[in-house]
Order: sequence, then structure tokens, then C-alpha cells
Amino acid sequence: MNGFFERVHSGYFKRQQAFQKNQDEGGNSEMIDFTFTEEQEMFRKAAREFAETKVAPKVAEMEETGKVSEEIVEALGKAEMMALTIPDEYGGLGLGYSARLIALEEISRISVATAMMLQVFALGIEPIVKFGNDEQKKKYLPGLAKGERLATTAVTEATGGSDPTGIRSSYKKDGDDYVINGRKCFITNSHIADTINVLAKDEKNPKAFSTFVIEKGTEGFKPTREEHKMGFRGCNTGELALENCRVSKDQLLGEEGKGLRITMSAIGDVGRGGMVGCALGLQAACLEASLKFATERTLYGKPISALQTIQNKLAEMKIDLEAGRLLGYRAASIQDKGLRSSNEFAVAKYFTTEAAQKAAKIAVDIHGGYGCMEEYAVSRYLRDAFVLGPSAGTSDIMKVIIGRWVLS
Amino acid sequence: MLNIVVCAKAVPDPKETSNIRIDPVTKTLRRFDIPLVLNPLDKNALEGALEVKEQLGAHITILSMGPSEAGNIVKECLALGADQGFLLSDQAFAGADAYATAYTLAKGIEKIGSYDVIFCGMASSDGSTEWVGPEIGTFLNIPVVTMVKEIVECGGEWWKVKASLENGYRLMQVKLPALFTVTRELNTPRILSFSGITKARKKEISQWGINELGVSGESVGLKGSPTTVSEFGSKESKREVEIISGTRQEKAERLVQRLADKGVF
Repeated sequence: MNGFFERVHSGYFKRQQAFQKNQDEGGNSEMIDFTFTEEQEMFRKAAREFAETKVAPKVAEMEETGKVSEEIVEALGKAEMMALTIPDEYGGLGLGYSARLIALEEISRISVATAMMLQVFALGIEPIVKFGNDEQKKKYLPGLAKGERLATTAVTEATGGSDPTGIRSSYKKDGDDYVINGRKCFITNSHIADTINVLAKDEKNPKAFSTFVIEKGTEGFKPTREEHKMGFRGCNTGELALENCRVSKDQLLGEEGKGLRITMSAIGDVGRGGMVGCALGLQAACLEASLKFATERTLYGKPISALQTIQNKLAEMKIDLEAGRLLGYRAASIQDKGLRSSNEFAVAKYFTTEAAQKAAKIAVDIHGGYGCMEEYAVSRYLRDAFVLGPSAGTSDIMKVIIGRWVLS
Repeated sequence: MLNIVVCAKAVPDPKETSNIRIDPVTKTLRRFDIPLVLNPLDKNALEGALEVKEQLGAHITILSMGPSEAGNIVKECLALGADQGFLLSDQAFAGADAYATAYTLAKGIEKIGSYDVIFCGMASSDGSTEWVGPEIGTFLNIPVVTMVKEIVECGGEWWKVKASLENGYRLMQVKLPALFTVTRELNTPRILSFSGITKARKKEISQWGINELGVSGESVGLKGSPTTVSEFGSKESKREVEIISGTRQEKAERLVQRLADKGVF
């Protein structure tokens, strides 16, 4: 283990050692408890109330325009949704990842686009929490916690995403500054983020990657093309251009040359975990809409829910939702213990996003012709479900990761 | 500092009213089949108290009577910003009518001690008698204003409030201590926040039974209830279907006219 790795993961190892010691001594020999705490149930209620009162009224508008709702962003900030994983000493709530998953699931149940936007705010926040020095944390985190500033992480390029070593954006050192050039694509929150973690490689050493915190408005940095997606409408995705973008050494996150680990660790745990939340919410929404329709729609003189073939479909959705929740919340509880959870989240991400696609198709099937009409939410669910797959790594990439885990 | 008591009731989730069952023997509502939530109008009562607290400073106490599961709604009130909570829970309280409920709550308020203002929702979404608030005021021998839709002045010993009438309102001046039952027009209740929930960790909920209240089992619950429900009857609702014909313009005009005739507008 090298010094850098030890330093940046010191918190992780301390927590892991404490947890292991606890287990070894038989103290708190944890029985498997599959129930949410009373407080977590209240978190769910809070998130559901937020989603139903603040997000739901804006869904139609977002679908129509494809634009981010400023009112929703403001409401997310007021409701402290960006503060969930930020430590309290930096203005956050420090509630951890299970609470975050609950919030994402409930918001996604109403709007996957909003949940996606929120999940990527956290993806932009996490590298600063985990790898930022105290000055950087004090500078960026309080504003991010309040929602006064919005965050994202920019890794993907035309030549690399799931294989980040393929990126071409580069930096060169110039005195105490760094000059960055390159182009990022498919960046969630590209046009609304104020604080962007950008991964680039050393112009002189293609094996050295560094992560820089770049602020909106920096000369040489600008969002360019805005994408028009089939789903997640109301969640901004676009390209970022860096042309001789000069940043100071204070904006270097972690150690120079070790940036790959910084961004990838955030994507592995927080990124995949966030997608699980988005997928679970969509699964739940598909099941709820289908149940409602099936109990109201009459065929052969009785509700179609009385037909065994419809019951089978509802059962399949329920089975997948229950299984997905077990996988997702188990991974989040591992993450809350400070243990590495990226492999568990890869499994959960694969399962839940595939299940969400299946659930959306079943939901449209149950709705019959109505399912093809835009007045019915299930048509949106179907479009959203198929954007869940590639976000934060396709199902095939998840299998590659899981395969490596099995073989390791 | 102003001491405010908010009476809060755990009611079966109104979204699931189709699942509410009546106990055929006791003729009371069977609440345990569906989840309990904070009575919607009690949210307005709490919001009223919270707004006064933000304006003047106040200490807010939540008082609820119900099964131990009702502790969750007291906790929710604390998460929304109340300062302390009391749950009156005892097997002897079960089956109480409005009178016995008001008596028990009044005893709870007396035990809490200091109070300047009591807020209650105008009615509960399950019982809907609208009697509990006024009866608490009667037991405590304090003025009561029902159906408050606006607090006009609340700075001093006398409060001015607007109370709803069918076709308007009346402006009332009331000397504290007083009890107000509130309507949904009073405010828009805030929603739970994650930080509010974590702050509620340190707030206390005390549970009191007949011994703590110093009341006899004969004066509370079903035994202490002078009214009983002897029969429930369901109301038949029928839908009339009328096809309106004509051009699009004519159909719209006829539809508007029909709705106007039915008193919808």
C-alpha cells in the first residue's frame, strides 16, 4: 500500500478496522436486520412529501421543455437534499448513504430526471468530501450543502468513459498553475453546475491523471452543446469545453497524478449508488401506476387485476422491487460503515436498472393502448428506464466489474 | 415566553378511506388496519403555532391521545418544530367519544401546567365531530374560537382572529388563555425536513396513562363516554351519466350551463 493510498483512505481503513475489531470481539454481533429505523421511515416520509408537493407539479413542464426547473433546484436546496452526505462540520447533515438512497428512491418515484440531477450533485460533492484538503472543503462544501452552488463530476469523453484512461483532456504545469485543454461529453448538470471536478491526464505522462475543481465562469471553460435525450427530461446533460483553461494549484484535488482513483471511487460508490436510487424509484412508480390501472380498468365485466395474467405481471414487478431494495440498501449500509461498496453497488445497479426497464415495459403492456399515450406516466417511465441503463456504466460494464470481482 | 399546546390526533390515512372498517360490536372505527397519520387539520394547527413561534418566540407542546403507535405522529410534530410531546396512552382511554377525549386531553393540559394558547384542528378526518376543541375549552373554562382562518394580531394579551362563517368571517378579539380550532385556510403546513428529523432526536416524548393523569377509569374511554354510536348506515351514491351533444362550442356551453345549474360554480 503506498503512502497516497493510505492517506486518502485513512478514514476508510480506520472505520474498517474499528468495525472488524467490533466484530472480532463479538460486541454488537449484528443480527441481520432488514427493517428501516423509525428515523429512516421518517426520512422516507419527508422525501415523499417533498417529491409529491415540490417536484410533481413541475414534471409536465419538464417533459414539455426538457429544461431543468429552477424552482425544483431551489426547492432541493431549501429541503437540504444536497446536504445529506456532507459532514456537519462543513454545513451538511452527515446522514450517510442509506438516507441518501431513501431520498433518491422517493424523488425518482415522482421524477427520475430530478433524482438523476440530485444524484449527480452528490457525485460532484463526494470527491471534495473524500479527497479535498481542509481549505477546499471549507471553500466549496458549505455553499454546495445549501444548494447555493451546484456540483458535478466530468470524466466522460468521446474516447473514454467506462475506460477513463482513454480520455484525451490534458493538463500541463505552468509555474504554480495548470493549463487544461479538452472536451467532455454526456456530463450531467453540465450547464447548471458551479463546481465541476474535471479529470485530465498529464500532457507529458499519459499514465498520470489529475482531478481539478473548476468553477463556472473560469476563463477558458464553458458548457457548449446541450443534449436532447429521450428520457430524463428536465435533467441537464451536455458537453464542456476547456481551452487553455488556467487553474491554480489550490484547485488540484488530492495528489497530482492520482486523480483517476479520486473520480472513479466516487463513481463506483456514489455514482452507482445514485443510479440504484433512481432505478428503485422508477420500479416503484411502474408498479404503483400498474396497480392503479389494473384495479380501475374493466374487461370481461371485472377489473383486469382479477386476471391471473395481470397478477403475474404485477408479481414480477413486486419481486424485482423487493430484490432490488435488498441489494441496494445492503450496499448502502456497507457504504455507511465506511467499507468499500462499489462491487455490491455494481450488482445492485445492474439488477435494478435492468428491472426498471422490465418494469416499465410491463407497465406499458398492462396499460395497453393507454400506455402509448403521453397523458399516462408509464410512457415517460419507459423512456426514462432506457436512459438509466447507460448512466454511470452500462449493464455490460457492470458485468465486467462483477466478473472481475468474482475472479479477484 | 408564550406557551402553546397543540392537540394532535393520529388518524387512519385519509388516502386509504376505502379501507376504513367499523367494528360491528363497539361501533367504533377500526384504525389498525391502515397506517396512522397526523390528522390533516392538526397540521394546520401546528403550522399556526410554528408561525407564532417564528414571529414572537414560543414553546410548543404537542398533546395527543391514542395507542402507542400514535407516538410516531408526536415525533413527526417534534420534527416539524415543536419542542416537547406528550402521548396520553392507556387501554382505559380506548373507545372514547368526543366528550371523554376532550376530558382526557384537558386533564393532560392541566398536568402540563402553563399554557397561553391551545390550537386544535377544527375536526378530525375520521370522527369529524368538531366537538373536541370546544369541549376542551369548556373543561378548562377558557374562551374558545372555532374555525379560525386567520390570526390578525397575536402580540399581546388579547389576540384578534378571523373565524370562518359560511359566507364570510367574523373578527374576534379574545383574551388569553384561549383555545382556537383552525381551518385549512389558516396556512399551508410545512413539510418534514431531514434536519428537523435529526433535531427531534433530542426532544422528549412522555407517555401518560390514567395514573399519571390522576383520573379514574370510569371517567375516560368508552366507560366515560356519554354518547354511543348505535348504528352506522352507508350512503348510497349513484352516478348519473348524461351525454351532451352538439358542436364542440355548443357542447362546452351546455356543459358549463349544466354545471352551473347543479351549483358547481
